[in-house]
Parts: sequence; C-alpha cells; structure tokens
Amino acid sequence: MTGPVVEAIDVVRTLGVGAGQVEALKGVSLSVACGELTLLMGPSGSGKTTLLSVLGCMLTPTAGTVRVRGRSTTGAGAGELARLRRDYIGFVFQSYHLFPTLNAVDNVRLALDVRGERSARAIARAKDVLVTVGLSHKENAFPSELSGGEQQRVAIARAIVGNASAILADEPTGALDSENGHAVMTILAKIAKDPSRGVLVVTHDPRIVPFANRIVHIEDGRILGEEPGGA
Amino acid sequence: MSLILKLASRNLLQDRLRFVATIIGIVFSIVLVTIQLGLYLSFDRMVTTMIDHAPADLWIVPLGTKCFEDPSLLDEHDQTRALSVQGVTEAVPVVIGFTQWTVPSGGTTPVFIVGSNPGAAGLRPWNVVDGNLDALAAPHAIAIDKTYFARLGVTGIGDSVEIREHKAQVKAITSGIRSFTTTPYVFASLDQAQAYMGASPNRVSYFLVHVSPGADIAGVRQRLLASISKVEVLTPDEFRNRSRSFWLFGTGAGAALFAGALLGAIVGTVIVAQTLYSSTKDHLNEFVTLRAIGSSSVYIHKVIIWQALLSAVIGFSIAACIGLAIVWLTADTSLPIVMTPVLTLGLFVLTVLMCVVSAISAIVQVMRIEPARVFKQ
Repeated sequence: MTGPVVEAIDVVRTLGVGAGQVEALKGVSLSVACGELTLLMGPSGSGKTTLLSVLGCMLTPTAGTVRVRGRSTTGAGAGELARLRRDYIGFVFQSYHLFPTLNAVDNVRLALDVRGERSARAIARAKDVLVTVGLSHKENAFPSELSGGEQQRVAIARAIVGNASAILADEPTGALDSENGHAVMTILAKIAKDPSRGVLVVTHDPRIVPFANRIVHIEDGRILGEEPGGA
Repeated sequence: MSLILKLASRNLLQDRLRFVATIIGIVFSIVLVTIQLGLYLSFDRMVTTMIDHAPADLWIVPLGTKCFEDPSLLDEHDQTRALSVQGVTEAVPVVIGFTQWTVPSGGTTPVFIVGSNPGAAGLRPWNVVDGNLDALAAPHAIAIDKTYFARLGVTGIGDSVEIREHKAQVKAITSGIRSFTTTPYVFASLDQAQAYMGASPNRVSYFLVHVSPGADIAGVRQRLLASISKVEVLTPDEFRNRSRSFWLFGTGAGAALFAGALLGAIVGTVIVAQTLYSSTKDHLNEFVTLRAIGSSSVYIHKVIIWQALLSAVIGFSIAACIGLAIVWLTADTSLPIVMTPVLTLGLFVLTVLMCVVSAISAIVQVMRIEPARVFKQ
C-alpha cells in the first residue's frame, strides 16, 4: 500500500468545557506513512497524546479531518470509530494495559477476539506473533509473571496480531530501563519496515531517536517542524 | 472456553471475598423469594382443598358467601327445594364451622369442623392412613389429620376427646389435610358436627348438588336460583376462585407474601448490582482498554452480562438446594412450603433477570467512559 495509513489535516481539538476549555490542537496536520517509523516529540502538555487519540479515532476532531487509509472519519459514530480502531489501528501504551487475569497468548488473542476471530487459527496466530516478539517461551505466563519489557512486548504483539495498518505507541519505553526500551524500539522499528504498516511513536525520550525515520516536533498544540530521524 | 467467558469468570473470581458476598446475596434473596412464593402456592392449594375434594357439580351457598369458611348458614329445607328441581339427582348437606377442642392435657384449641353424612356423596376425608371411613358412621366418630396430633393431644386411633363438651372418638387418621389457617380440620357426621358447633339441627352450610348425567349445568343452576331464595349457586371453579380471591387478596395475606417475595428480589438485585458495579470499577482499566482496541459495545456488554449470569447460575444452584431442603423439612408440618417445576423454572428466570438487570449500572458505567482515557492511566 502506498500513501499515509492515517493522517490529520488541519485538526483542531478543544478539551474541557466552559472557562476550563483549552484548545489542545490548533490546526495540526500530520500523516503516518507506510514503511516508516515517525516520532512525535514534544514537552508535556504540547498536545502529543491528544493528537495520538485523534489519529487513533478515540477522539473526534473539533475541526479538520482525519483519514484512515484514505477514508475520512468525519461524521462517523462511536460504533464506526470502534470498527476503524479494531480493523486498522494497533495501540501500544506506556503502562501496557494488559489483562491481569489472562495469560500472554490470551492477551494477544483478545485483539482478534474483538474482531470476531475465534477459531483455532486465531490462537495459532497469537502464538506466532509472540514468537515474533521473542516471547514464545512465555505464552502461558500472566502479566504479573512478566518483566516490564516482556509485558510491553506482549502489548506490541496484541497491537500487530490483527495486521493493523497503523501502530500508534504512547511512550512505549517510558516505564522501561534502557535495555528493555532498546529491545522494544527494535521490535517497533522492525514492524515499521513492513511496507504495509506505519508506526507513530509519541515520546520525549531522546534515546529512541536513532530508531526513527522521521521526527515531528509539537508544542502548544502546533507542529513546529520535522526532521529526519537516525534510522 | 470462549475468551469472553474466560474474562468474565476471572473478573468475577479474582476477588474471592466479593464473589462469596455476591453469591450469599443472591442465595439469601432467592431463598426468601422461594419461601414466600412457596408459602403462597401452599396457601393457594390449601385454601381450595375442601372444594377440590368435594364431589359436586354445583354448590348451593348462602347469599354473599365470601369463602369456604364463611359462617353463614342455610335452611335444611332448601334441600327439598333443590331436589325438586329438574336435573338434580342429589343435594348433599354439608356443615362447616369453628369450635373448641378440649386438649386432654388441659386447655382448649380451635378446630374446624367439617360435617357430612357418612355414605352420602358429601365432603368426606381423603388420604386415610389409619382406620377407615365406614367407622365414621359410629356415634361420636371423628377423623383428624396426623399433622395435628401434638396440637390436639392425640396419639392415634381410639383416643377419646371432647369437642365443645361433647364426646368424640378418633376413628380415622388422614395425612396431608391441612388448613392454611393452621386450625386443624375435624371430620364428623352431619348431626355430630352440628352438635360440636352448637348449630341448630336444621341449619347447614352448603348443599353439594349432583346433576343427572348429560344435564345442562347452566340450566340447572338457573332453575335452582329460581326455586330457592337468598342463595347463590356456584360451580366448583367459581367457588374456588371466590375463596382464593378472598383469602389471598381480600385479607391481604397473598399481598403480604408477594410483598415479601418482591422485597427479596429487590434485595438480591441491589446486592448483585452493587457487586457488579464495584467489580467493574476495579476492572475499569481493562474495559477502557477493550474500548480503546476497538471492541464493540456488544462485546463489552457480553463480558459484564456473563459475569452476572455466572453469578446467577451459581447463586441459583445453591438457593435451589436450600429451597428443596426447606420443602423437605416442612413437608409434614402445618405450614408446608411447596415447590413446583414451574416455580423452580420461574425462580431461575427471576434470578437471571435480577442479575442481568443488575448489570445495567455496570454497563452504563463502562460505556460512559471515553476510550481516550486509556492514555491517562
């Protein structure tokens, strides 16, 4: 596939109501291209996570357009946005958000289960993806039995098991030491090499700059500019 | 096992203490509802038991009779008027009423006399387990139910007692003929019953009318009404419904039982709702994550409803066992609790309904959360 997997065009997003209302995004345009790992960097409160939420179809823009694989999300209801998320977008969160009562393979399988894929092939696929992220030996382990790095790798496996076009990661190394952070970024960079996928990583961790193809800077709800990454 | 079911069961079992509290709540609630509705069914059966066992095509009752136990009396001469009506083959007099039984150890206790002539197709005792009905033709012979031995101070056949200062001797023992008022029934011959009650010999409570085969019952009824004044002529079904309506709803007894059952269901619903709500709150991160990764509303509803259903099935199973034990323990008492397959099925449906309704607050809680909240946790 060519072209951006997800893109925001002149997106404005206000948060809060009344006197507490703030404009978190002020006409932002950003696209996540296939075969590319894009870093979105900026200080706290710059609008990174809000932009990630809008690109991930969790928040709707107050103004502007979001496109997922070329299709505008304008006017889409909650159900349609949920469908776009499960079909096209994989998420990786800073605090992993694994299900503590499910083992690794079930945590990964969950992303297929919500899409209605419940056959034995779905289990086999979840196990295959755990192999991809180097956790074949931990498929029956529960999150409490895994290290932070291993939990994040399970979360990445969950994000990619459904062949999502866009992987959106929010501070994926934020809770990890440098060794585990490096391992996680290596996996994300490898995923980004797939020409059918694009990866957007929100971070303020400069150690992961070498993994990026492109770095976009955001501040006060505006894109300041972009530069090539170290990859 | 499906992942939804696995997630639901593990969410439920993760906090064992809360799970036990939920099950206790459901069990308490369903046992309470079982007892109330079991008593209602038992009352319902007992209220009409005499009418059910009377071999009558029609009942001639005093005008304005509210129930079988109504104290109004008819003139015995109405029997002749009834027998003169075309289509009537028999009009068997029956007398009923409350009186005092002298307990051999001292004191008195109220009893309910049912008098009918031996040999006539009247209201005779049934389920005789000791002695026989023919013996009731003997002077002073009575039949009582074994349930009330202790209350009446009787040990069995042959015991002599006093009813309203008249001699009586136990000649037949029945099983399971119990009154919803818990007042023991005492069967006797018609004249003996009149004496025990202190009623005039020419006064009776009802006539059980038998019509000739193939006769038009509605027509016979019309003719009876035209021939006899100040009476009503009822079919057994009409008399049953009138008695049932009076005792269960007219007196408020049925309403009280229903109110108890309703209270039980409300208590159960509140307990399950509270537990599911707090369980959902504890697993909010997971539900928000489910929303974030694009699960449909239906998927999330299923997880929460499965939690409710699992609670319902486990809670109902325990409650049903306790209910059956209560039924068994009360079977031979004066206040038996009745369980029928329909009641059991109804209670299961009620349990499921109660738990599913309880899940609504948890579902609303989850669906009101923005999926973007996942980034803040």
